[in-house]
Amino acid sequence: MQPRSLYDKLWDAHVVQEESDGTALLYIDRQLVHEVTSPQAFEGLKLADRKPWRLDTLLATPDHNVPTTARTAGNAGIVDPISRTQVETLDANCADFGITEFKIDDLRQGIVHVIGPEQGFTQPGMTLVCGDSHTSTHGAFGALAFGIGTSEVEHVLATQCLWMKKARAMQVLVDGALSPGITAKDIALAVIGQIGTAGGTGYAIEFAGSAIRALSMEGRMTLCNMAIEAGARAGMVAVDDKTVAYMRGRPYSPAGALWDQAVAYWRTLVSDADARFDSVVRLDAAAIKPQVTWGTSPEMVLPVDGCVPDPKDAPNPVKKSDWERALLYMGLSANMPISEIDVDKVFIGSCTNSRIEDLREAAAVVKGRSVASNIRLALVVPGSGLVKQQAEAEGLDKIFRAAGFEWREPGCSMCLAMNADRLEPGERCASTSNRNFEGRQGQGGRTHLVSPAMAAAAAVFGHFVDIREVM
Amino acid sequence: MRPFTRVEGLVAPLDRANVDTDAIIPKQFLKSIKRTGFGPNAFDEWRYLDRGEPGMDNGARPLNPDFVLNQARYQGASVLLARENFGCGSSREHAPWALEDYGFRALIAPSYADIFYNNCFKNGLLPIMLPAEIVDRLFQETLAAPGYKLVVDLAAQTVTTPNGAVFVFDVDAERKNRLLNGLDDISLTLQHTGKIQAYEARRKLEAPWLFV
Repeated sequence: MQPRSLYDKLWDAHVVQEESDGTALLYIDRQLVHEVTSPQAFEGLKLADRKPWRLDTLLATPDHNVPTTARTAGNAGIVDPISRTQVETLDANCADFGITEFKIDDLRQGIVHVIGPEQGFTQPGMTLVCGDSHTSTHGAFGALAFGIGTSEVEHVLATQCLWMKKARAMQVLVDGALSPGITAKDIALAVIGQIGTAGGTGYAIEFAGSAIRALSMEGRMTLCNMAIEAGARAGMVAVDDKTVAYMRGRPYSPAGALWDQAVAYWRTLVSDADARFDSVVRLDAAAIKPQVTWGTSPEMVLPVDGCVPDPKDAPNPVKKSDWERALLYMGLSANMPISEIDVDKVFIGSCTNSRIEDLREAAAVVKGRSVASNIRLALVVPGSGLVKQQAEAEGLDKIFRAAGFEWREPGCSMCLAMNADRLEPGERCASTSNRNFEGRQGQGGRTHLVSPAMAAAAAVFGHFVDIREVM
Repeated sequence: MRPFTRVEGLVAPLDRANVDTDAIIPKQFLKSIKRTGFGPNAFDEWRYLDRGEPGMDNGARPLNPDFVLNQARYQGASVLLARENFGCGSSREHAPWALEDYGFRALIAPSYADIFYNNCFKNGLLPIMLPAEIVDRLFQETLAAPGYKLVVDLAAQTVTTPNGAVFVFDVDAERKNRLLNGLDDISLTLQHTGKIQAYEARRKLEAPWLFV
């Protein structure tokens, strides 16, 4: 047999039918459902009098619209009536079709991409989809996971399958040791800085190399989460001991004899030694510095000791006008040191960076310090109720609160500002989220993407600082 | 889904790279539980001077005169000319819904983000990829000639300019067939029910933990 990549193996194991032009009908093992991209899909099912193909493959939770303030009132606590209707619609659809849902007041509620792995719902070797582009997160488990639109949400509900063409395979090799304070988020931003936001378009990316093997499962989730920001629908990491250890004993994980059988299969989910990739990108882990985005696309990123670029140095006229527009929107001037950029708000959260290790890293920076006087709001939004509970058991909430942070309930929150957490026009935010597009965190808001430790440091100093100097 | 065969339409040029789906339809409009009515909020933050919220009377809002789609000469456009990596970012199908509801039937750009590209085909919207230098030429011709129209023929896979230049584009055979005929994906897939069940039976033996 020809050597195969991890992606080849995952793909081959799920092909139901292949057409002459290479389009395949691919079996989908699991779907996560949230309130924003599902109502029209459920409506479509109802209109056609169809039912979900396999209820046991579905898990739903509201995350995008939910308030991050007290949950005691349940859905009635959602002030915006349109948001409330959307969450109620999810509840009603899940009740009508018999789909398992972690509702707003369930301890297990949280961001879909946090709760899937946390529950063991996400498993190695699966195909997993969700109507959300950051579904790439789940590839950290040696799974094929990608975001889909609402028509495909409905299609998977009705048929358990998707029509797809196989992507090309890219390997991103990161070898060497990261410096202290450098995280998976910095690797992700450095990769995007190198290949651009369209560099991975048409590819499935496998992250490999000694620096990736050294990452925890949560770090791998952060990295795969941002594969889509490099243009790749799917990012993935091969299965190893850490993957298996993470899976053990979770609510949806296999148990008993099935556990041993599953683990034996999971261990095969690595690229063969001489597997072929259409593209290989290499990064030296030791050379990666703390990353900060300066513009309105994740590829507009620099090391913290860098200076905002000058449009006159742009490689071509399209980039030049992009840079000029970005500087104008961001309220920055060319050649300004990144470390001199003051921030107004700090957001620690999102499907990229709201897991327990992220909160620990941020708390370690904050401990014994206070939020700077120029910071209007510093928010910590845990990724799930269980992450929040764990953080509180470790006393992290007290560290954040003592420093002047607000400690909130789980949800997507200010990553995309569909709830009440948002930037006002002109406000500048150090954010652990994944997109710095115009208006992403609120109309006119200015986003700088950073790691949790870097966001925490920006909150303490009021501007960006090199985390390596303050740890 | 509305079939797409041939469209002769006025062209509007959106001269920016990496136009993301947050720009195409901002998040506050994703709270709708409907598939329709997103057109008046397409490009909301660029198009209007005030902050848009669901439920506003969009006809009464102040338009941004600097935004290209607000220019009189591009009213009624059904072909959107764009730059590379159009539709990057979120998977929201509300983006093609908004473009289609606005009146666009075809998009022309050097490249698209994968999820957005895929979503377009589900909604009767044809995303055409042409080489950057041809897109560049179409931008120049559009800007130079008010009323500039292109003819898009999906069966022939061609874009034809007013002076008769013809550009051929690629499209997957399966996608083309479904779009030409406005076919319902789910009905087609359910014709394969036996194969899906056979796959499940086989997979259940290989990987039983996936079926508990």
